[in-house]
Amino acid sequence: MQPIDAVPVRRPGRWIAAIAVAVLAAAVVRSVATNPRFQWDVVGEMLFSERILHGLLLTLELTAIAMVAGVALGVVVAVARMSPNKLLAGAGAFYVWLFRGTPVLVQLLFWSFIAALYPTVGIGPFEADANLLITPFMAAVLGLALNEAAYMAEIVRAGIASVPEGQSEAASALGMSRLQMLRRIVLPQAMRVIVPPTGNETISMLKTTSLVSVIASSDLLYSAQLIYSQNFKQVPLLIVVCIWYLAITTLLSLGQAALERHYGRGVRRTRKESKPMRFLKPAVAR
Amino acid sequence: MIVATDVHKRYGKLEVLRGIDLTVQRGEVTCLIGPSGSGKSTFLRCVNRLERIEGGRLAVDGELIGYKTKHGRLHELREHEIAAQRAQIGMVFQHFHLFAHMTALENVIEAPLRVLKLDRATAVARATDLLAQVGLEDKLDSFPSQLSGGQQQRVAIARALAMKPKLMLFDEPTSALDPETVGEVLEVMRGLAAEGMTMLVVTHEMGFARGVADTVAFMDEGRVIEAGTPEQVLEQPAHARTREFLARML
Ligand SMILES: Nc1ncnc2c1ncn2[C@@H]1O[C@H](COP(=O)(O)OP(=O)(O)OP(=O)(O)O)[C@@H](O)[C@H]1O
Ligand SMILES: [Mg+2]
Repeated sequence: MQPIDAVPVRRPGRWIAAIAVAVLAAAVVRSVATNPRFQWDVVGEMLFSERILHGLLLTLELTAIAMVAGVALGVVVAVARMSPNKLLAGAGAFYVWLFRGTPVLVQLLFWSFIAALYPTVGIGPFEADANLLITPFMAAVLGLALNEAAYMAEIVRAGIASVPEGQSEAASALGMSRLQMLRRIVLPQAMRVIVPPTGNETISMLKTTSLVSVIASSDLLYSAQLIYSQNFKQVPLLIVVCIWYLAITTLLSLGQAALERHYGRGVRRTRKESKPMRFLKPAVAR
Repeated sequence: MIVATDVHKRYGKLEVLRGIDLTVQRGEVTCLIGPSGSGKSTFLRCVNRLERIEGGRLAVDGELIGYKTKHGRLHELREHEIAAQRAQIGMVFQHFHLFAHMTALENVIEAPLRVLKLDRATAVARATDLLAQVGLEDKLDSFPSQLSGGQQQRVAIARALAMKPKLMLFDEPTSALDPETVGEVLEVMRGLAAEGMTMLVVTHEMGFARGVADTVAFMDEGRVIEAGTPEQVLEQPAHARTREFLARML
C-alpha cells in the first residue's frame, strides 16, 4: 500500500479568526478577573447564602410545577383542538388564542388581583376566601402554567400531526381504544417532535419565573433584589443569579439530550450520527 | 362470514360505494380485483369500520358492523363496542403501518397485551411462535426501519394474527414491495389460506388469485360487477368491463 503523504489544504482565514477570538477572550477574562468592582469575594460568599438558596428552590419549584401542569394541560388542549367535535376544537383554539395573545407578565398580575374579581371561590357549599387561596405562589403557578399550556398545546399538536395517520389506523384496526392509541402509539412517536421545543420551553420557563418578582414571590431574582436593596452590592448579586441560571440551564440541556436520544428509538439506524454542526466540518470527515 | 348487501359509502359528493353485494364464506379466500379508484380499499375499510357506511347492511359472522338492533331499530355502537368488533378482524395494509417506535416483537405483543389483556409471558410466547411462522425468528428485536419491505409486511401479518382474528383483510399487501420480496409475503398468505383462515384480499397478483382464491370478485365504479370461481371470472369473464380490465393487467 502506498501511503498518502499529501499537503493538507491551508486555511489561513480560519486561523486568523481563531487567533482573534482567543485574544479577545483573554482580554475579557483578564478584565473581569482583575476589575475589583466585580467583587468576586462577595459573589463567592453569596452564591450559597441561605436566602439565595431559598430563592433558587422557589424558582425550581415554580419551573417544575408550571411545566408539569403546562404540559399536562397542553396535551388536553391539543387533543381538544384536534377533536372532530367543533365545540371542543373551538374551545381549544380559543384557549390558545387568549393565553398566547397576552403577555405573561399581565397574566401574572391578573391572577394576583383575582380576588378583586371573585372575592370568594368555590363549588357549591365549599367556598373559600380568594385572598387566602390565591397566595402569591398560587398566582405565580396559575399564571405561568396556564400560559405555558397554550404554547405546549401548539407543540403537542405539531407533534401529534407529525405521526403518520397509518399508525393510528393500524392501532384502531387492532381494536385499541382511542386512549390506548394516543398513549401507546401516537404520543411516544410524537415525542420525537415534542421533546426538543419542550426542552426550550423549560429553559425559557426557568428564566420567565423571574417575572414573579412583580407579584412579590421571592424567587431567585427577587431574593437577590431584596439582598442588594439592603447591602447595595447589585453587581455581585446579579452575577450570583446568572451563575445559578446558567448552572440549571446546563443541567436541563443535558437532560433534554438524554430524552431526545430515548425518543429517537427506532428512527435512527445508528445512534452516533446526531452530532450537531456536522455541516461545519470538512467534507472528508463526513 | 361477511355478508354485504347494497352497501353505500360516499365522501362528500363523491359516491364511492354504490351498492356492494358480496358474500364471503367461512374458511374461504376471496380476492377483490378492479381498477384503481373503484372502491376496493374503501370497502375493506368499511368491513372493520375504519369507515362508516351510509346505506345497506354489512355483517361479519352474523353481527352487523357498527350497529346493533334493539326493539327493531338500529343503534349505533359505542366506541368500545366497535373496538371489540375490530379486534376480531385482522387488517394488513399496503404500507404495513408497523409501529415505528417498537421492535418486531413489541409490535406483535402490543394489542394482545392491551386489548386482550394477556399476561406478558403468554403474549411473548405467542408472538415468538407467530414471528417464527412467518420466518422472522431472528428479527424479534429489529425495528421496522431495519427491516426490508417484505419482512415488515410479514411482521404486520403476525401482528394481525396475534389477535386470533376470525377474518383477515388484506389491502394490496404486496404492491409496495420490491419484486423479489413479493414471493415471501404471498407464501405466508398461502400458508394462512391452507390453514383455513377466512381472507378477503384486494390484490393485483393474478397468479395468487388464480391459485389460492375460492372466489374472485371484480369491482368497478363502486359495485361488484361479477363474482365467481377464479376460472369463471379470470378465464371466461361474463362482462365486457372485466375483460377489458384483465386484458390491461396482462
Ligand atoms: N378519505 C377520502 N376522502 C375523499 N375521497 C376518498 C377518500 N378515500 C378514498 N377516496 C376516493 O374514493 C375513491 C375510491 O378509493 P379507493 O381507495 O377505495 O379505491 P381503490 O379501488 O382501492 O383504488 P386503488 O387500486 O388505487 O387502491 C377514489 O376516487 C378516492 O379518490
Ligand atoms: Mg386501494
